[in-house]
Amino acid sequence: MTVLATQQEAADLGATGAARSGSIGRYVAGRCLGALGSLAFMLVVSFFLFRVLPGDPARTLGRGRFSTPEQLEEFNRTYGLDQALPQQFVTFLKNTLTGDFGISLRYRVPVSDLLLDRMWPTLLLVGSSTVFAILIGVWLGIRGAWKRGGAFDNISTGTSLTLYAMPEWWLGLLLIAVFAVGLGPIPGWFPTGGLHSVDVDPSSVAGVFDTIRHLTLPVVTLTLAYLADYSLIMRSSLLDEIGEDYLTTARAKGLRDSQVRDRHAVRNALLPTTTLVALNIGFVVSGAITVETVFSIPGLGLLATEALSVPDYWVLQGTFLVASAGVIIANLVANLLYGLLDPRVRT
Amino acid sequence: MSATTAAPVSARALARRRRREAWRRGWTTFRSHRAGMIGLTVLTVFVLVALLAPLLAPAEGLEVTKATGGVLEKPSGEFWLGTDDKGRSVLTLLIWGSRISLFVGLMATLISMVIGTIIGITSGYFGGWTGAILFRLTEWFLVIPFLPLAIVMATVLGRSLLNIVIVIGVTSWPGTALLIRSQTLTIRERPYLERARVLGAGSTHQIRRHILPNVMPMVFANTTLTVAIAILTETTLSFLGLGDPTRVSWGTMLDQAFGVGAITTGAWWFIVPPGVCVVLVVLCFTLVGQALEEVLNPRLGERR
Repeated sequence: MTVLATQQEAADLGATGAARSGSIGRYVAGRCLGALGSLAFMLVVSFFLFRVLPGDPARTLGRGRFSTPEQLEEFNRTYGLDQALPQQFVTFLKNTLTGDFGISLRYRVPVSDLLLDRMWPTLLLVGSSTVFAILIGVWLGIRGAWKRGGAFDNISTGTSLTLYAMPEWWLGLLLIAVFAVGLGPIPGWFPTGGLHSVDVDPSSVAGVFDTIRHLTLPVVTLTLAYLADYSLIMRSSLLDEIGEDYLTTARAKGLRDSQVRDRHAVRNALLPTTTLVALNIGFVVSGAITVETVFSIPGLGLLATEALSVPDYWVLQGTFLVASAGVIIANLVANLLYGLLDPRVRT
Repeated sequence: MSATTAAPVSARALARRRRREAWRRGWTTFRSHRAGMIGLTVLTVFVLVALLAPLLAPAEGLEVTKATGGVLEKPSGEFWLGTDDKGRSVLTLLIWGSRISLFVGLMATLISMVIGTIIGITSGYFGGWTGAILFRLTEWFLVIPFLPLAIVMATVLGRSLLNIVIVIGVTSWPGTALLIRSQTLTIRERPYLERARVLGAGSTHQIRRHILPNVMPMVFANTTLTVAIAILTETTLSFLGLGDPTRVSWGTMLDQAFGVGAITTGAWWFIVPPGVCVVLVVLCFTLVGQALEEVLNPRLGERR
């Protein structure tokens, strides 16, 4: 969840920060350096969280799993916990950078295999929801702002604010209760969770439809959860443009109202929304974690919440690293795109 | 009128009167803001319920051993919102849960505000190396995904009320810090601060007497928005099983309801009320925050 005002503030800041840096080459280089800094910082935070903060990692990580001192020693040696802290950090860096995230305490397989395995459901879920949310949210924002104060605007803003205040997984629970379990006359046609039915081959045509049926409710949940941000920010940035002189000029040239809106106002108002896409990726990750848990979709989010109860520290660390790295890289891409779209940012 | 003709008043009394008038003007603007007033009213009700919880529902209602109802009983005259899987009244849980949810939200916000304000002012006011490093730190914290970080911290620290407060407070400050920093940057360049510097004011004096009073209103408006997010986060973390297991909050209620399969058994009275409370409180904090922003920054008014 994010504060709208803060996002705008951060977007402005990003824009002014880049404005000073001159040519596009320097802009790109600066952004890439920033992302590298973030990645390095993330590694330090992760090291600190998982090895320094728990005090004695072997005790916390093992939590009663070791009955003999030999086992404990073996564990310490495997994870390099018997070394001095700086040495541990070097080992951690070397392992992480070569894709070695340790062995899952629960599944007894390398964490990196688990992560690769669980990545696709998450990408499918989050990707489709984000696309739907952007399309619907931006459309709602444009319609609302253009006829500000009208019935459509009031309803759409009210709905957006309510969705914004709603834990997305609670919305998911309600949708399950109504459309999967069934309520009164509504039949429970959708499955309550999972990604496939057991008896259908996922690569066949029937299997694809089966997956779509399984993903409908989670995608609707996440779309509703994400779209509030987009519609609210699109509305406020279009309202910022509405009083501008260039719109009067466009009207004076004799353009139709819809042309003034789509060709002139919306084009400018889309820029802050682009930044929001970047700033929102962290929020997208939270949505994936909770909604996957509620709908038991075998993605990275469910992997992380399942790891909580064990607790499976290396899996947790792996998902944390992947989520953070994903957010940082997506942020970088969005920032570079923003620079491409808006020449003011890079000159 | 009488103020101008009265005997000379001390500087302090004058300042106090001006402040009082500013508050009154702000309140008048706020009152004209319908959504903000609705939000404030609903929040007042929730705070009263939380404060009066012992009078509204006896605390024994929370103890599993003293539960009087059946398992997941439907709402009835005796149990207005039915019972949970242990036979306790859901209404009692809801009333006591409001205490924990609001408490966590407010305390976490306090921590977040203190960190955000200190880092924001320091990085904005001092500039140079200190400022640059703090600014980078804020940016880095901003991109690290919030929920995974909170989950990891909550797991490592262990489950308790205090830890939940710390986790939310420590992960939610970067937005505030950026906001405060940009405010500080504009205030720093104003002529009256230059004058103060020329008169020999040290940096402590400048920050305490000039910058802080100017950014405080922004902090205040931001606080209400942060409380909303903190309450949402508490609910989510508790739902994921990271809440304090010994206390009832709206989030732990939903976790319990999900755990005992209230969805598939159709026990809506255990799922709907806690969620509605969360939505109402978060929505009202957002509405009040937006109204406050408008009072403090009239230019925003054109937008809505």
